[in-house]
Amino acid sequence: MKSATHFSKRGTLKLAVVVASCLLFAGFAWSERREREDRVDGSSMTEETVASAPDPAKAKAAFNEAAKVFFSARCANCHPASDTPTQGDEMTPHTMGVTRGDEGKGVYGQRCTTCHQNENLAGEHMPPGTSKDWHMPPANQKMVFQGLTPRQLCTNFKDPSKNGGHKTLAAAMEHVQKRDPLVMWGWEPGNGRTLPPISFDAFSAKVQEWVDNGGACPD
Amino acid sequence: MTKLSVNGKQYEIDADPDTPLLWVIRDDIGLTGTKFGCGVAQCGACTIHLGGEARRSCVTPMKAAVGKEITTIEGISPDSTHALQKAWVAIDVPQCGYCQSGQIMSAAILLKENKKPTDDDIDKAMSGVICRCGTYNRIRDAVKMAAINGTGGK
Repeated sequence: MKSATHFSKRGTLKLAVVVASCLLFAGFAWSERREREDRVDGSSMTEETVASAPDPAKAKAAFNEAAKVFFSARCANCHPASDTPTQGDEMTPHTMGVTRGDEGKGVYGQRCTTCHQNENLAGEHMPPGTSKDWHMPPANQKMVFQGLTPRQLCTNFKDPSKNGGHKTLAAAMEHVQKRDPLVMWGWEPGNGRTLPPISFDAFSAKVQEWVDNGGACPD
Repeated sequence: MTKLSVNGKQYEIDADPDTPLLWVIRDDIGLTGTKFGCGVAQCGACTIHLGGEARRSCVTPMKAAVGKEITTIEGISPDSTHALQKAWVAIDVPQCGYCQSGQIMSAAILLKENKKPTDDDIDKAMSGVICRCGTYNRIRDAVKMAAINGTGGK
């Protein structure tokens, strides 16, 4: 009887350990699921597989830093809320009433390349240019930056219906991370134009940090 | 020497490759129908066609024209019978006339791509070519007349 009682106590202890382990695991899994839900923000984007544990707080902070570049005049002028790009540090509507056109290249005799060359021209107030033909996002993927909050911009980047059809964060950021000439122009904008608030390398690092940490969007 | 093709003729130009095409056309080749207005692509008076698209020749370096056909107002038709030119005369569009070659060159691209332009189409295509005499209403009428009469395959 005594030994039976002793056996029963040991059995209860083992059971308690197993139950506690299960609860701990379940709690971790629930917590992990919450983090994953935070990251995708309800969008249909496929999540990145990350080597280390993603840190949503780091992701949010990194995106907020990167957003300062996205919202700078050098980037946002060609990502307007309307179909007319803006110009200058004041981001005023582009002169001549130029419009996006279906392909983002302007229309008729008012294409971007009617004035914008494949290089910057010397002197202030000259049309800027880079090795890739000047253009803005096409009509079916307007990639609007202007007028958004960092959270809205972040959410759009993760939404394949608004980010050019990209299904991963890395693909969505390819325009930036592959040093597209139009992106790099922002840091070589020609005479009389201010630079984005941080260097390209610092900007690119923040974008990568956001991706690596699961792409959580700022609150 | 830089080889250029202008209005179907071949030229060899001895100039810096960065020279604006406008000055090559006017000073080296001698075709003065294309006008200098602002020099910074803001007014449209210098508009030509490069490879079939409108270009502001005052900011286009000569080197960008190598291997492409350049068309100026003198080359838009052999005898000034382009539908736009005839409409311009019929409606008596110009006042001082300085901007008009740029207007016609821009309108020609519009009609090449849109045979029946609306007022909105005309505005979108032409609003970058400034006329200080304010002949915009006559320009719009002439573009519509040319659209109706056809552009002679141009």
